[in-house]
Amino acid sequence: MIELTAKQAADAIRSGDLDANEYFEFYRQRAASDPYNSYTWVAEKAPEIDTRKPFAGVPIAIKDLFCTEGIPSQAGSKILEDYRPPYTATSVDRLTTHAGGTLLGKTNQDEFAMGSSTENSAYGPTLNPWDTSRVPGGSSGGSAAVVAGATAPWSIGTDTGGSIRQPAALTGIVGLKPTYGAISRYGMIAFASSLDQAGPFTRDVTDSAMLLSAMVGADPCDQTSLGLPEPVRIPTANDLKGIRLGVPEELAGEGIEDGVLKAFNDTLELAKSLGATVETTHLPHAPHGLAAYYLIAPAECSSNLARYDGVRYGFRKSGASTLIDMYTQTREAGFGAEVKRRIMLGTYALSSGYYDAYYGRAQKVRTLISQDFKNAWDKFDFIVTPTAPGVAFELGSKTADPLAMYLNDFCTVPMSLAGIPAISIPNGLSEGLPVGFQIAGPAFSENRILDAALALEKAIGFDASKAYA
Amino acid sequence: MLSSDQVLHVARLARLELTPEEVERFGGELSKVLDHIELIGQLELEDVPPTSHVIDVENALRADEPRPSMPVERALESAPDAAEGGFRVPSPGAS
Repeated sequence: MIELTAKQAADAIRSGDLDANEYFEFYRQRAASDPYNSYTWVAEKAPEIDTRKPFAGVPIAIKDLFCTEGIPSQAGSKILEDYRPPYTATSVDRLTTHAGGTLLGKTNQDEFAMGSSTENSAYGPTLNPWDTSRVPGGSSGGSAAVVAGATAPWSIGTDTGGSIRQPAALTGIVGLKPTYGAISRYGMIAFASSLDQAGPFTRDVTDSAMLLSAMVGADPCDQTSLGLPEPVRIPTANDLKGIRLGVPEELAGEGIEDGVLKAFNDTLELAKSLGATVETTHLPHAPHGLAAYYLIAPAECSSNLARYDGVRYGFRKSGASTLIDMYTQTREAGFGAEVKRRIMLGTYALSSGYYDAYYGRAQKVRTLISQDFKNAWDKFDFIVTPTAPGVAFELGSKTADPLAMYLNDFCTVPMSLAGIPAISIPNGLSEGLPVGFQIAGPAFSENRILDAALALEKAIGFDASKAYA
Repeated sequence: MLSSDQVLHVARLARLELTPEEVERFGGELSKVLDHIELIGQLELEDVPPTSHVIDVENALRADEPRPSMPVERALESAPDAAEGGFRVPSPGAS
């Protein structure tokens, strides 16, 4: 059972070759004894399974920050300890109620999705199934580790500046961040609302398309949701004939580890052999993406996280004699260090006298980065880069230096600021650890990205079974 | 470098009661991050319009129809302290 991809399992269930309840129980037991601290909650039994629906009961793991009715949704934070929401996120509802997937468990994450290693969880760090002394990336590290470690067939996470693509790269699986607005954010516990976007973690590109197809769609509960202009297709491409790939010098040279760069260049050669043209190009403002991101995201987080005040849900520090003291003591005890750091940064950037110099300027940089990509689409079908500048790093090695941790997002943040879709596929090993290849395209080009990713995936022939066999 | 007074001012705005150790640590860490962020000060941005939303959406309105709202008891279920159909909190009184 473990070798089956989610699509293969769904097909086998429908044809009667696989029992949906047995399959669920197989993964439920693996999830319940997961050795990587990937889960914060695991289902005790399968709900009623309707095998006629598209996913035929195939189990799905969900990042903790998606609200699931009556089931703990803590977003990796102590301030939401044992919070059981009164409603379910639209995206989760689409996957379960509509597509017929079954909720297997909730996955560990950096607190409120702030981090690149899953070490900022109040519920302990998640370990990388390839090497348990290393991080799985983040913030959706739990959702990546469950797929890499095969304690779930597939999962969903969220990406604000790279939180799907980077952990996918560091654990040797496929992670897709769709166009901003493709999937409803309703019921996703907010970090930075103008950037947050849900997306799939899967073993292969075909599963990615299948999972995405069920998540997309406009939602009356999220005014920024648009869906996609055409349905997501299961990709079929075998080659890259006529495809023009642009390699931005700014994101594929300086600051990238040698082993990662070598894998990247090998994949470019493979792309050429499949018929693609590869040309060096420039995204001149991309190097400023990180600075703009680390103003915009903390600013929006400082506003979004104002709601955690110990009044309506979650944790409250007892003993305060006034309302203000209750707020400040609850927030001091309930938030972890990185969340406080970003709230402080965002509050500072939005405070009187600094707004124009910081937040205002960052929003202008965002315009320039969007424009860089628009210019690129005149000449290229896709922009390709390494997904992360390095392989999975040792636990604890970057926690003392926030800036070093932020540099993990160097190659993924520009696409987030531009709101465009990008996928990470595993394209080899460096130092025995997986490396990711990022393919970004214009807004709403998910189908074309998935086709290109599939053609490359076939040619690369990455073996992910080492992490769970 | 952010002074400890600046850190405390921002913490007050953010409703965070920081420990003395945190005040010192955040002062240093935030200064380092801000130094990096200030690189965007080198860009010529005078004539560039700001972007707050990357994908154009216009008039995303739902039908204005009454529908049932969440029952009060349900909304209060997760409250740390609920009483008489509301959220009970300490007095806002002068501290």
